Amino acid sequence: MGIINVQNLTKKFKSLTAVDGISFEVNEGEVFGFLGPNGAGKTTTINILCTLLWPTSGSATIAGYDCVKQPDEARSSIGLIFQDTTLDSGLTAYENLKFHAYLYNLDRKLTERRIDEMLDVVELQNRKHDLIKTFSGGMKRRLEIARGLLHYPRVLFLDEPTLGLDPQTRNTIWDFITTLRKKEKITVFMTTHYMEEAENCDRIAIIDHGKIIALDSPARLKAMVHGDVIHLVTADNKRAIEEIRRIFNISAQEENGGLVLEVEKGDEFIPSLLHSLPVQTLSVSLTKPTLNDVFLKLTGRTIRDEAFQDNKEITREFVRSHRRAQR
Amino acid sequence: MIQLRPIYVICMREFVKFFREKSRLLGTLARPILWLFVVGNGMNSLIKPQAGLSYMQFIFPGMIGMTILFSSIFSSISIVWDREFGFMKEMLVAPISRLSIVIGKAISGTLISVAQAIIILLLTPFLGIHLTFLQFVEIVAAAFLVSFCITSLGILIAARLTSFDGFNIIMNFLVMPMLFLSGAMYPVTSLPPTLRHLTHINPLTYGIDTFKHVLLKNSAPPMGPEFSLMLDLLIVTGISIVMLTFAALSFRRKE
Repeated sequence: MGIINVQNLTKKFKSLTAVDGISFEVNEGEVFGFLGPNGAGKTTTINILCTLLWPTSGSATIAGYDCVKQPDEARSSIGLIFQDTTLDSGLTAYENLKFHAYLYNLDRKLTERRIDEMLDVVELQNRKHDLIKTFSGGMKRRLEIARGLLHYPRVLFLDEPTLGLDPQTRNTIWDFITTLRKKEKITVFMTTHYMEEAENCDRIAIIDHGKIIALDSPARLKAMVHGDVIHLVTADNKRAIEEIRRIFNISAQEENGGLVLEVEKGDEFIPSLLHSLPVQTLSVSLTKPTLNDVFLKLTGRTIRDEAFQDNKEITREFVRSHRRAQR
Repeated sequence: MIQLRPIYVICMREFVKFFREKSRLLGTLARPILWLFVVGNGMNSLIKPQAGLSYMQFIFPGMIGMTILFSSIFSSISIVWDREFGFMKEMLVAPISRLSIVIGKAISGTLISVAQAIIILLLTPFLGIHLTFLQFVEIVAAAFLVSFCITSLGILIAARLTSFDGFNIIMNFLVMPMLFLSGAMYPVTSLPPTLRHLTHINPLTYGIDTFKHVLLKNSAPPMGPEFSLMLDLLIVTGISIVMLTFAALSFRRKE
């Protein structure tokens, strides 16, 4: 039995099904990722697991505690880092951490030691008594990670941990997470819509429209895409798709104004492709498969096209219900 | 169900922030002082003392009530801030009961209001109003009850307010009418019957009436207290309990 156990979890907001009968298990000590476009149901799942929302049906347990029947026990076993900062900007770093320690009823002597320990880990010891107002985005995120770990949780939830951070800060955050994993022996459950970030996970569940469409290690998922990926930009993409199907019997997909096709031994394929294609080719590139290609293969869309179009309504609906739930 | 350490730390956070934000402290104290010192003195020259009371003496109980009203509503509206800026989530995902959060907010709001009422009381010698020690103690005791009542009302409102946009509506359609229909600035007996009925459903009316029992003991209505002290205390306590219960319940709601 895993540290997180989810069975047939469903969450409906009025007519909309945000999470649609998902089941999965997270093993102790692993980094488990939820990858999917915005509005796919990632945050809703996290909110159910951390007991902020009640599921419509199905069950979820954390460290053996039922998220609906034993919310307090489940909550003491988890640490959370939300998408948006939840620090009090009018308090200092130390005060924010102390507040947290009191809420989780941490032993008084232990509190001081643990605060210093965590501030050292996230390298904010020298800002201990500064107001959060004066912190940068990356510093706030690091402090939130320190706070999320303060009460020795068994599972750390990270909801889009690096959203809105610059690439350099994103890398620093990941370095911290990797270090923490070694030091604290903790299970990490994270959501993301950044492919590069998902690569850091031990296992990934790809979620789309509230359903898990694939669950495996990044390497095995990428193996689903056979061979190499060729990106091609032509003068007439529609015609190129037809020609490629006719000549090579390969189905290419259109993506961001170009074409994507999967072939084995792509480096050897490119010369013959360029030679036989009657459409003018503007550019061509070859890449090893990424998780984005996996998502494209499974859904016919890329994660990024989805992000702000189809799912606006879902997001809005969610925000509404979520606000209600927070009261 | 009620956890003491979380309640303690929720209170501490409010105090730390209250004393850190000097503008808020000054703002809430400036209002009653302006009323007492400027308007009170101005009106003194216009309104002849009635039944041996100057206008400033008459509005003094009301000004303590006003200080408490604004302070308590402001404290409880901080819940909306917390929600808007995400800090509420930090409390909601902690292994503490919703009741503890509500009680923490209610206690901190009450104590901050009482502290401000005490500051006003300490300033009274400069305004030409002299209190006996017993009066001081009685007012502070009553201030606890009234502050708790108004804070609970504020928390109930804050729990149902979804965004900060609603704040202006609350100020204009609830807080200001509560102040004007409480007998703080003029005797409510002179109001038309429709408005008089409104004063009777206003918890602040009974709160200020309690202060009048202490400060204007020897005056008869319309200048002095309108109801019996027992009734005042009973109503204020009753309303507090009802408000706080509803507030805790609306916090617990979850989908």
